[in-house]
Amino acid sequence: MYIDPHVHMVSRTTDDYERMALAGCVAITEPAFWAGYDRSSAQGFFDYFRTLTDYEPLRAKQYGIAHHTWLCINPKEAEDLGLAREVLEIIPDFLEKPNVLGIGEIGLNKNSRNELKIFEEHVDLAKRHDQMILIHTPHLEDKLKGTRLILDALENAGVDPGQVLVDHVEEHTVELVLDRGFWAGMTLYPDTKCTPQRAADIFEIYGQERIWINSAGDWGPSDPLAVPKCQQELRARGHFEEMIRKVSYDNPLGFLSQSGKFRTTVE
Amino acid sequence: MTSMNEPTCPMDREAVIARYFLEHRAKLIDLASFLDRIDRASGDAGTVQDFRIDAFREGIRELLSEGPGRARRVQEIFSDQSTEPIDEAPMKGALGAFNPEEND
Repeated sequence: MYIDPHVHMVSRTTDDYERMALAGCVAITEPAFWAGYDRSSAQGFFDYFRTLTDYEPLRAKQYGIAHHTWLCINPKEAEDLGLAREVLEIIPDFLEKPNVLGIGEIGLNKNSRNELKIFEEHVDLAKRHDQMILIHTPHLEDKLKGTRLILDALENAGVDPGQVLVDHVEEHTVELVLDRGFWAGMTLYPDTKCTPQRAADIFEIYGQERIWINSAGDWGPSDPLAVPKCQQELRARGHFEEMIRKVSYDNPLGFLSQSGKFRTTVE
Repeated sequence: MTSMNEPTCPMDREAVIARYFLEHRAKLIDLASFLDRIDRASGDAGTVQDFRIDAFREGIRELLSEGPGRARRVQEIFSDQSTEPIDEAPMKGALGAFNPEEND
């Protein structure tokens, strides 16, 4: 049994829901993200948010998977301040939907000034509406700098670190995140983030408190079964089932349940 | 965080080597073959001048350093170490290594 707390199912086929259910997935959360192209208007985001709050939960339900989501305009589309602020204005209309857990995945992409402005405005929105936050940290060479900028901005905003999950941590950023009291997520990607083996190494070095694993399965090279593959890696190394359950089920359950909306069964 | 030298992996060293050696031997040969492929490719003869390959070679040297923490140090070699936001995002994607000329 497991929870995949970060997976972009709008980019996956229904077959993937079936395979995830067969592998033991009981619940997922799907942050709003970049579609692979820039949307031309806030209306495009309105329709996307309807997909995430109305349609995807029904698709997941067919396979016994509870679907949840996080809303935002992602940092890749944040250079256009006008568009980003229009999207920020429509987000509150969706926050009362039953599967919306909070604001995400917000953060930085290339660490630009506009990205940082829009990130701070999202954090302010989350604070005003008492929402949890899911953070995207940048890719590859931009990750270390972006993670530092994000953590500083969160602390300056005075958010409760226990209500914030900082995702896509790797060897050079995991300690920064955990030491400042935030939750950390490891994304299991074939090339550009953690492999299941490296995630297992990070658990062994940094422990299993306030940390989880996710597939972040999307339209690029990614694997919606990455979480059970990491479970298998931990099992093969001789880790106890209690530890494996903690990082792949208990920890996401503990963090996400703070929203009051998270569930592991479908109605 | 535990000390990097503490035995936090449940497997003993012999078991780790037995389980992972062939896989990582293949990855090592992949690296060698990749560098050979660059040399064989068309373009300017001689040493490749590319910030990504410069970082790549520095990362390979780091593999031979003593003590644990190699993965973290290799990650840091590829990373932008500056601290101020940039004026404007030049593109959407990332290249895998920081280009020092970006700060010139």
